[in-house]
Amino acid sequence: MFLLHCPHCGETRDEEEFSNAGEAYIPRPLQPEAVDDATWGDYVFMRRNTKGWFWEQWQHTAACRKVFAVKRNTATYEIAGTWTLAEGKALFLADMAKEQTK
Amino acid sequence: MRGQNYSLWSLLKHGFKNHQTWEPAWERVALKPSYDVVIVGGGGHGLATAYYLAKNHPQVGRIAVLEKGYLGGGNTARNTTIVRSNYLWDESAAIYEHSLKLWEGLTEDLNFNVMFSQRGVFNLGHTLQDMRDIERRVNANALQGIDAHVLNAREVKEKIPQLDCSRSRRYPVLGASWQPRAGIAHHDAVARGFARAASRLGVDLIEGCEVTGMDISGGKIRGLQTNLGMVKTERVGCVAAGHSSVLAKMAGLRMPLESHPLQAFVSESMQRVIDTVIMSNAVHGYLSQSDKGELVIGAGIDSYLGYGQRGSPHVIEHTAAAIIELFPQFSRVRMNRQWGGIVDVTPDACPIISKTAVQGLFFNCGWGTGGFKATPGSGHVFADMLAQGEPNALARSFSVDRFHTGHLIDEHGAAGVAH
Repeated sequence: MFLLHCPHCGETRDEEEFSNAGEAYIPRPLQPEAVDDATWGDYVFMRRNTKGWFWEQWQHTAACRKVFAVKRNTATYEIAGTWTLAEGKALFLADMAKEQTK
Repeated sequence: MRGQNYSLWSLLKHGFKNHQTWEPAWERVALKPSYDVVIVGGGGHGLATAYYLAKNHPQVGRIAVLEKGYLGGGNTARNTTIVRSNYLWDESAAIYEHSLKLWEGLTEDLNFNVMFSQRGVFNLGHTLQDMRDIERRVNANALQGIDAHVLNAREVKEKIPQLDCSRSRRYPVLGASWQPRAGIAHHDAVARGFARAASRLGVDLIEGCEVTGMDISGGKIRGLQTNLGMVKTERVGCVAAGHSSVLAKMAGLRMPLESHPLQAFVSESMQRVIDTVIMSNAVHGYLSQSDKGELVIGAGIDSYLGYGQRGSPHVIEHTAAAIIELFPQFSRVRMNRQWGGIVDVTPDACPIISKTAVQGLFFNCGWGTGGFKATPGSGHVFADMLAQGEPNALARSFSVDRFHTGHLIDEHGAAGVAH
């Protein structure tokens, strides 16, 4: 059972108030009409499915219904924090840059 | 073939010696520096792959199964053991039916009692739409040559007297689909049977061996790095269920998979009350009774990604509520154990049995919530793929390419909660 902090409501609530909305920050191809089937299929279906620290989206379905970003460890279930999608994006990009330099 | 055969004669012979003379069922061997084929994952599917590969394609050479924990200790030990083949689409019905036919002769084939019990599976319908879906699926099964029947509420009541089929329920039972040849098997027995049979054919089964990296050069797989050292091989089959994405990442690949916790639980042992398997998509739960007398209960997956082999308690609560809705008399049954497995779910609820962009690297994954029933069939077709390098007729539709071409096989209706 997770306790999630909704950055929009400013409340920490039980997991049952929320719905998981999958992996966060999957970039949509800028010109969907121009890309080939492989690129589009990758965008629609392929997932990181990371074991470890993972950026995901949750929706506060039982309250404000807004979607926000959560950084959670999928192996230990620790939660590093929750942010609005806009706030989280910069942190997500920093994490990705760190992973690539490794 | 090495090792002893199990028979009435061997039981008598060892019985006279107080059962002190039985050999171990499979041989413990050390990891060798190279193999012709390496199978990563020693669960039911991996062991079945090894067995059918050694049996049907002995020309492939030396085979090893690498298992990071112990054999059959992952999802094989964590499922609810239901076996059926009443799927909707021809492609998936064909592979599950192929598997069911193998189940029917598995005990004799392996010389190991897998306790396959064809006690039938009922999929309950609670609404008009449920019944229409059931009729469509049963008609499809009739065309596929799979045994399936549509039952009305009275017929369901005759077959399952414990189930309240009156119209006064919140979710009245309007009818069901029934597959009499479906049933349950013993999960540990299946893993041990395949392990023993593979070992007798000369397969090396290596426990406590975790793959930590892959050596790939020139677009070809050259070997695996493990915690027990390097293994040279040019052919690798990954059968790692929930951890398939982790292996794919080592090869620089992404898979259309999400690993979710799937929880189940069993009650204390009771006298026989249910002699079949009952599933309900609408109420969202399913139930059978094991040979030991435990009620085996399961439901849907947790919504989030998780590798922790545990989920959230509210999912258990919903599952228990669903079972009590169907069987109010079980409301005071005490639960004994609860657990979670990591299921690798695909967007179309169908498996991936596929070549990859890396030559010599194959994946058999994405069985999601319903892999147990496919154990022998999955191993059989994947063994063909590892031997021939190409999918056979049953596996062709399950290539990972379908997520690029759009030829998905949408089995959400038949997979649903009904694993």
